[in-house]
Amino acid sequence: MSASRMQLLSPRSLLLLSRGRIEMGAQRPGSGPGVRSLTSPPLYPSSPGRALSSLSATRRGLPQEKMSENGVVSRPKVLTIDTMNPTVKKVEYAVRGPIVQRAVELERELSEGMKKPFAEVIKANIGDAHAMGQQPITFFRQVLALCSYPELLNDSTFPEDAKNRARRILQSCGGNSMGSYSASQGINSVREDVARYIERRDGGVPCDPDDIYLTTGASDGIVTMLKLLVCGEGSSCTGVMISIPQYPLYSAALAELGAVQINYYLNEENCWSLDINELQRSLDEAREYCNPRALCIINPGNPTGQVQSRECIEDVIRFAAKERLFLLADEVYQDNVYADGCQFHSFKKVLFEMGPEYANTVELVSFHSTSKCYMGECGFRGGYMEIINMDDEVKAQLSKLVSVRLCSPVPGQALMDLVVNPPQPGEPSYDNFIKERTATLSALEEKAKLTEQVLNTVHGISCNPVQGAMYSFPRITIPEKAIKEAEDIGQQPDMFYCMKMLEETGICLVPGSGFGQKEGTYHFRMTILPPKDKLEILLNKVKEFHQKFTLQYS
Amino acid sequence: MSMLQENDPYMKDMKQVETAALFRQIIRIMEELRQGVKKPYKEVIDVASGDPQKTGMKPLSFVRQILAACLYPQLINDNKLPVDVRQRAQRLLGECPGGSVGSYSATRGMPDIVHRVSEYISRRDGGAWSNPENIYISPGSQWSLANIFQILVNTEASTRTGILTPVPGYNTSILSIKELGAVPVPYYLDEEQGWELHMEELHRALASAKGVCNPVALYIINPGNPSGQVQSRQSIQEVIQFASEKRLFILADEVVLSKDYYLSKHKRQSTQIQQVNTWTYVCNFLKVYQDTVYGEKSEFVSYKRVLAEMGPPFSDTVELASFHSASKGMLGECGLRCGYVELVNLDPAVMKYIYTQFSKDSCAPVLGQIALDVMANPPQPGDPSYPFYIEETQHIRTTLVHNVNRALTAFNSLPGLTCQPGEGGVFVFPRLDLPPRAIQKAKEAGLGPDTFYCVNLLEDAGVFARPGAEYGQKEGTHHIRICIMTPPDIMEELLRRVTSFHTQLMKDFS
Repeated sequence: MSASRMQLLSPRSLLLLSRGRIEMGAQRPGSGPGVRSLTSPPLYPSSPGRALSSLSATRRGLPQEKMSENGVVSRPKVLTIDTMNPTVKKVEYAVRGPIVQRAVELERELSEGMKKPFAEVIKANIGDAHAMGQQPITFFRQVLALCSYPELLNDSTFPEDAKNRARRILQSCGGNSMGSYSASQGINSVREDVARYIERRDGGVPCDPDDIYLTTGASDGIVTMLKLLVCGEGSSCTGVMISIPQYPLYSAALAELGAVQINYYLNEENCWSLDINELQRSLDEAREYCNPRALCIINPGNPTGQVQSRECIEDVIRFAAKERLFLLADEVYQDNVYADGCQFHSFKKVLFEMGPEYANTVELVSFHSTSKCYMGECGFRGGYMEIINMDDEVKAQLSKLVSVRLCSPVPGQALMDLVVNPPQPGEPSYDNFIKERTATLSALEEKAKLTEQVLNTVHGISCNPVQGAMYSFPRITIPEKAIKEAEDIGQQPDMFYCMKMLEETGICLVPGSGFGQKEGTYHFRMTILPPKDKLEILLNKVKEFHQKFTLQYS
Repeated sequence: MSMLQENDPYMKDMKQVETAALFRQIIRIMEELRQGVKKPYKEVIDVASGDPQKTGMKPLSFVRQILAACLYPQLINDNKLPVDVRQRAQRLLGECPGGSVGSYSATRGMPDIVHRVSEYISRRDGGAWSNPENIYISPGSQWSLANIFQILVNTEASTRTGILTPVPGYNTSILSIKELGAVPVPYYLDEEQGWELHMEELHRALASAKGVCNPVALYIINPGNPSGQVQSRQSIQEVIQFASEKRLFILADEVVLSKDYYLSKHKRQSTQIQQVNTWTYVCNFLKVYQDTVYGEKSEFVSYKRVLAEMGPPFSDTVELASFHSASKGMLGECGLRCGYVELVNLDPAVMKYIYTQFSKDSCAPVLGQIALDVMANPPQPGDPSYPFYIEETQHIRTTLVHNVNRALTAFNSLPGLTCQPGEGGVFVFPRLDLPPRAIQKAKEAGLGPDTFYCVNLLEDAGVFARPGAEYGQKEGTHHIRICIMTPPDIMEELLRRVTSFHTQLMKDFS
């Protein structure tokens, strides 16, 4: 039983469950009964080999817990662990997993005046730029404020170009309001602007607005496409290739859909590069037990930060064509490229430059979002996907599928429009826009380099260059004794490590096991987003912690 | 051949009954109008979705001012906006990580907002216990529903999961059920009795599932969409007893309510401050309206409240998910995409998976969460924004009542059209009794009579309504669904167009 589950219970039932745990003999060293267990690290949910972790309390003969507080033993639930959709059990989402829930608890404890060895919790677990103090682009926010409350259009303090853009957006909204539903596929004029942006980005490769779908963040698009792709059972069940390490949305969605996750490993020794031989190996093995139909690529990489070379993208496209795989290109970090000599190449552009043999056949979908890059506007849930070479009948199915969500948030669509069509030279807001964008991107570049540099000074930590995206994913050496102790309490060693780091330093990271990693290696993901001075302190704290941890368990 | 042609069988089952054709038609007509093609009308009146702002209803200024100030915090520091707006915006920004609406929120939603929504529910439900940990804010009630379906529907079991669903019922929810491969088990509302829900019908529906699927849940829409009925307290009690006895999970789609708490609280405060006029108006509203509930005898009561008031064993056993949203009701902010679900009596072990399920959507759009917050906490007497807020909300209510009365009178005076008095919700769902020749003509065109009617109504009169077939209807009956949340002048124009179109159609085919 995991402690994260316990957090959902009232204190009363908690005591009950804690007793139950002791009766089961599952207690671990150092953890006392009762409320104390609330502050102990959650066990890793459904970690392999822990048969007990997914059993309901009922089946263990414990009294049924209930949400109500009047002490009557209740009838069995309709929805229990045993009756609920089994695919849901396999879903894990580390970026918002137990460690983050614990971080939230620690914050609460701090605010309640509880004494901790740190003054604040630093959430370096999630790519949330604004939460870390990054400022929004003024122009974007001016336009959105005008769209929200159009009476402000009469106000002279707003620049003219912002007003014009707001009017244009409002005109394309039903009833001239962001409060009405848009078409499920998204507002027409926004999709047209997205198409023009893609054409500019890709050096003139044509883009049809009909191929653009505005989505609720990139995640929504990814899940929708996977839904469309997955079918079959047993050995005909759809297999989807994802990189290891990967962004856990992919594994979560595949688990939920009951699809087969096919792992291909990125080469850590070579800056997390993608190796075609490895793709081939994993595909060949998977063909034995499922029907591989799709290949997901994250470029720039999350959590690994590598930026793919043009050559590598060509290889991947040839591979997909040869093996008849649908390509999903997650390109949400397309503006986040920092390393010298690295450049972002979109799959679409490379595909079209490879000639009609590929350009007219390889099925591709590319995702983008308003949450990353220089804008970092995660809270708007804006995004788009472009689908290429998709069968018309399937497109009709896709339209139905997106209609179930009615439409993506209109303010997010408006923001997407501003991102793909920012102020132009000569317009009043242009200079300031460029200034703000450049400042953010160069700060990120600086922090990417700083992170790599400091982490590599620590004995037992090695970090590949953060070529792009927003994270470092260093490899950590965990002493045998610590591994043993983690295993004893049914925890992944890097979860154990990160949990300890959180409890001792207040730094919240995501353990590498949440993304997948080569067996026997351990990592964590840390964002490069905190302001530079804070990041320096943070990196030094990580360094100190690692040294202390190593000493403690050696 | 594309590899995607071998598609998921359930996806192909997601029928949308010729709706796609209607949508293509409206796009074409709009385009023709834009190019100046001559038509008997200058603009299409789009009453196809429950989208008040699309038809020209104004958003509440207080909501939009707060959004603007949160988006562009410079507005907090000058005096363009009322002081309570600026204070509220400042407080909300303080609750956002990094002080920006551009940051992610926690999985359940911004903790302070979730907390206030929980308090709102508790006040709405006469003090019934509500725990913030049981509330999940999502990008709209359809997301919440889909997430709960995902957990309820066993996609791997050999016997398919069944969910009892109303006919007529909201088509998008039914699509979500089908998408998972579950079986919607229809129960029919009684049109002759104002779309009432009869217990015998629920029993019949449940029995009909025997041998077909494994029914685990009962989906209720109250106030009804598209049918607009409002369940009485007694009816809700009976449904809860039924669910308890038959071991069904209740999914209560209650998106078209809101503000009823607000009214009752308002009553209390206005008494204190002796605002006689307001008091009179509130009394009237308490009697007549509960937000979008406007039937003379209809008082909206939530499932949660009735469940709590029934006491044990029901109150601590019957599993309930209640859905609400910022799209319907007074807010009408469909485009912001935000709603919440409150879960009651769920197995704590399952709650952990519900958390994960919602986690992977990252979070609900923050602007939508802020709108929900205003819904839960509108301006109070004494606040600078209060008088105008009351004026705007009163205007919306008056418009709604006016429109529904006008629509009922107009439709019921036309031969071949009968409309049950709606008690709540934002739609009317009149029944069509078309002459045999019209039905024959529809058949020749390969369309159902209601779709045929809608296609022609759109083409000839420029009114975009939805055919009843999309929502399910008793065999041999046909309906159209019309959103009645429009400015009064648009409603008049709509009724004029429908009347003239309908009269002509009846004449042509008689």
